[in-house]
Amino acid sequence: MDTPKTGEFAHIGKSVIIKGELSGSEDLYIDGQVEGNIELAGNQLIIGPNGQVRANVNAKGVVVQGKLDGNIRASDRVELQKSAIAVGDVVSKRISIEDGAYLKGKVDIQRDGVKAESAAATAGASGAGKTPVT
Amino acid sequence: MASVTNGFMKFFRGSGPGPEGLTAESANKRLSRRSSGLGELARTLASDESLCVLDIGSTSPTNIRYLTERGHKIYSEDLLIASTDPSLIAKDEQGNSVLDSKKFLSENLVFQAAQFDVVLCWNLADYLDESLVKPTVGRLWSVLKPGGMLLAFFHTKEAGPDAPCYRFHVVGNDLLEMQPIGGRREVRRGPTGAVHTSVGGGFRLQRVFNNRHIETLFRDFASIKFFLARDNVREVLVVR
Repeated sequence: MDTPKTGEFAHIGKSVIIKGELSGSEDLYIDGQVEGNIELAGNQLIIGPNGQVRANVNAKGVVVQGKLDGNIRASDRVELQKSAIAVGDVVSKRISIEDGAYLKGKVDIQRDGVKAESAAATAGASGAGKTPVT
Repeated sequence: MASVTNGFMKFFRGSGPGPEGLTAESANKRLSRRSSGLGELARTLASDESLCVLDIGSTSPTNIRYLTERGHKIYSEDLLIASTDPSLIAKDEQGNSVLDSKKFLSENLVFQAAQFDVVLCWNLADYLDESLVKPTVGRLWSVLKPGGMLLAFFHTKEAGPDAPCYRFHVVGNDLLEMQPIGGRREVRRGPTGAVHTSVGGGFRLQRVFNNRHIETLFRDFASIKFFLARDNVREVLVVR
């Protein structure tokens, strides 16, 4: 994914340093330094090639081109591009890792089917007879 | 083990300027090979149970896909790259430069005891700095579950000192693709005198283990099985 146009994403430039919690309901492009937590449920996060993020990330989609030190939880997909250096665990439905990307951590792919089976098993075990949530 | 690392296995260390850097074309080229060790391991990986797998080779998207598609959890940790961290350099009692294995293991392979069902070690031991080999294998023993399996590859003497370091991709139950790790021509001498190509580039074969050395290296494990391949590689499947 190329660098997004500024209008499409909220943009943190490469000279910007932020410490604390970032949350929002729009897509975010980080090319600077962020330390803390990033909460973008339902939106995309792109860590640009100059981005250095030390944070746990929760978003719909996460694209890493720079450095990320923290866990990623993505409801849709994670993409580690070839320049990515990611240290932390990844939980997502889908993951794409380009050749050259560095990942140190666990990859846990969450599947809808597995969730459904799990929910069904739980419901069956409890005898509640509820319809499994998918 | 000290005799192993200090004796016979200095075969290739510092014996030349290191392998030539790989062109981008050759670095992207993948070679296919059958793997009997992987074939045997595949029976375990075919389990319906969700297994915990540790891959300590270069990050491989293919391996992540292969394993997660089967419902397993995969942990990826590129120990060879981690071993090139300059902050690991220390002096031993004789004033020689060595890599600090305690620091290395405080930053890498930090897992609960008996966490993994399978460890994919690939050819790490052949390319890892000598001071880290034994401590790393010791840590791998502790993070494997009893009965857990570890797959490792070792070059035979015939492979020669310029045997390229590969990234291994699992593409079938007994089929691997091997991709040379390299791309830059920069050559550097490591902290212990070993010659490496650039960090992030290719790595030089550090030594050759014979069967006895391999048995010594894995002596704490319950069993060891050798598979001699045609490409001057011994595959080893050990069980904790």
